[in-house]
Amino acid sequence: MPLVNDLGLRLDGRKYDELRPIKIEVGTLEKADGSAYIEWGKNRILVAVYGPREVHPRHLALPDKSLFRCRYHMAPFSTEERKNPAPSRREVELSKVIREAVEPAIFTELFPRTGIDVFIEVLQSDGGTRCAGITATSLALADAGVPLRDLVVACAAGKASGQIVMDLSDIEDQKGEADVPVAISPRTGEVTLLQMDGILSGEEYERALNLAIQGCKMVHELQKEALRTKYSVAQAEEEELEKAEEEEATQK
Amino acid sequence: MTASYGVAMSIKRKRIDELLVQEKRLDGRGLLDYRMIKAEHGLIGKANGSALVSIGNTKVMVGVKIETGTPFPDTPNEGVLAVNAELVPLASPSFEPGPPNEDSIELARVVDRGIRESKALDTAKLCILPGKKAFIVFVDIYVLDHDGNLFDTSALAAILALSTAKMKQFEVSNGEVVFKEDWVSLPVRKHPIEVTMAKIGDRLVVDPSLEEESAVDAEVILAIDDEGNVCATQKTKIGTLTVKDIVDSVKIAQTKADELRAKVLGGLSQ
Repeated sequence: MPLVNDLGLRLDGRKYDELRPIKIEVGTLEKADGSAYIEWGKNRILVAVYGPREVHPRHLALPDKSLFRCRYHMAPFSTEERKNPAPSRREVELSKVIREAVEPAIFTELFPRTGIDVFIEVLQSDGGTRCAGITATSLALADAGVPLRDLVVACAAGKASGQIVMDLSDIEDQKGEADVPVAISPRTGEVTLLQMDGILSGEEYERALNLAIQGCKMVHELQKEALRTKYSVAQAEEEELEKAEEEEATQK
Repeated sequence: MTASYGVAMSIKRKRIDELLVQEKRLDGRGLLDYRMIKAEHGLIGKANGSALVSIGNTKVMVGVKIETGTPFPDTPNEGVLAVNAELVPLASPSFEPGPPNEDSIELARVVDRGIRESKALDTAKLCILPGKKAFIVFVDIYVLDHDGNLFDTSALAAILALSTAKMKQFEVSNGEVVFKEDWVSLPVRKHPIEVTMAKIGDRLVVDPSLEEESAVDAEVILAIDDEGNVCATQKTKIGTLTVKDIVDSVKIAQTKADELRAKVLGGLSQ
């Protein structure tokens, strides 16, 4: 069965340059210093940030900057077959590339001898978990008040049934010809994460890269919207509270 | 993966930058020159295939062992490719004994991806009994001396070891594998080559040495198949790349991959 039909529509009805539905919430968790929750297609991912805080074990602390650590982990029930909860080699690799994708945006030099820890928990996976995880990680860091140069954002593109398409679904990732996840720093357009597997000619590679970046920019708008939603509500509530206090004071 | 910090590092970085402006490097190479490459194969008689590849002072040995096992449930008609990498403590003062860390896992997985995604190994020919029995091809990467650019060296050694590996001819009778006396080659149909492009300042160089890797902003590893297609990519290190860097890297990698393939695999009778 082709992944893209004669009308150029994909199995879930999307055009080549359309994203799956995305919903983002900032500040979902109570205890974490910062958190975010993202629904991207059927992906359900929760991200928590702790820090800047004391580093454990202590000898890992760096004299000139904060130690930034990332753990990408999939819940045992997040996949079709139960996933062993022990970190797989894939999760170790993804933790590394996600860390390297996000760290360029953090002012780690402002917090020497401290640690900033990111925990990404995939509750349900649907293809493109690293991109969704990175997108939510930036928001959780912002929510924690960690000074950032930029909100790193990620989106994949790839090739399915001969077509270059944006934001691969699970089935397009598995049955398609190639997958190119990309993260960018949207202010400068620089690429902070780039991976690829499959087979692409040089020309297709360039097209997929540009389409993924186009997707990143679309997701970035949703990212900003999610931050605004959280903090404009918080601001409104605070203003209301102040107003009420003022009224109370004048009544007295 | 380096032991130099602070002042020494920034002096070295400055020297590297100054030279790059003149299109030169610490060891006198041009930006797109590899160090001297040496490749040997068949050194380990007990392995089905083996290769020792050095790029400059970096030395990597790869051994291929073939065993029988169960195919994966989602690919019941195919044999299995398993790539593992050991950063052996004798290879560098920064390597420690113990379970694989993220660097060795990344090395193994990126080499694996190049071989797997290019479909270099015809795994369908390695199935013995669908769903029950298949050959498992273990590719073990052994880093012996680390002087930079482990990805390219390991990928070269892996494809050379696979291309020269031999297994006993076999027959299946009544669900049992019966091995015969004569040896056959593994079904290797593609020869993916990995090319690491390192970005230092605003320059792209190939084959970064360990000294250079300590100054590198970002690296991108590109696996290129025999037709010049890209079949795997991995960006590493905390730095960024522009779209132009990436597009240029692909073009350079395509040319370099052909050169390396001819140099290391060209002499083998296909």
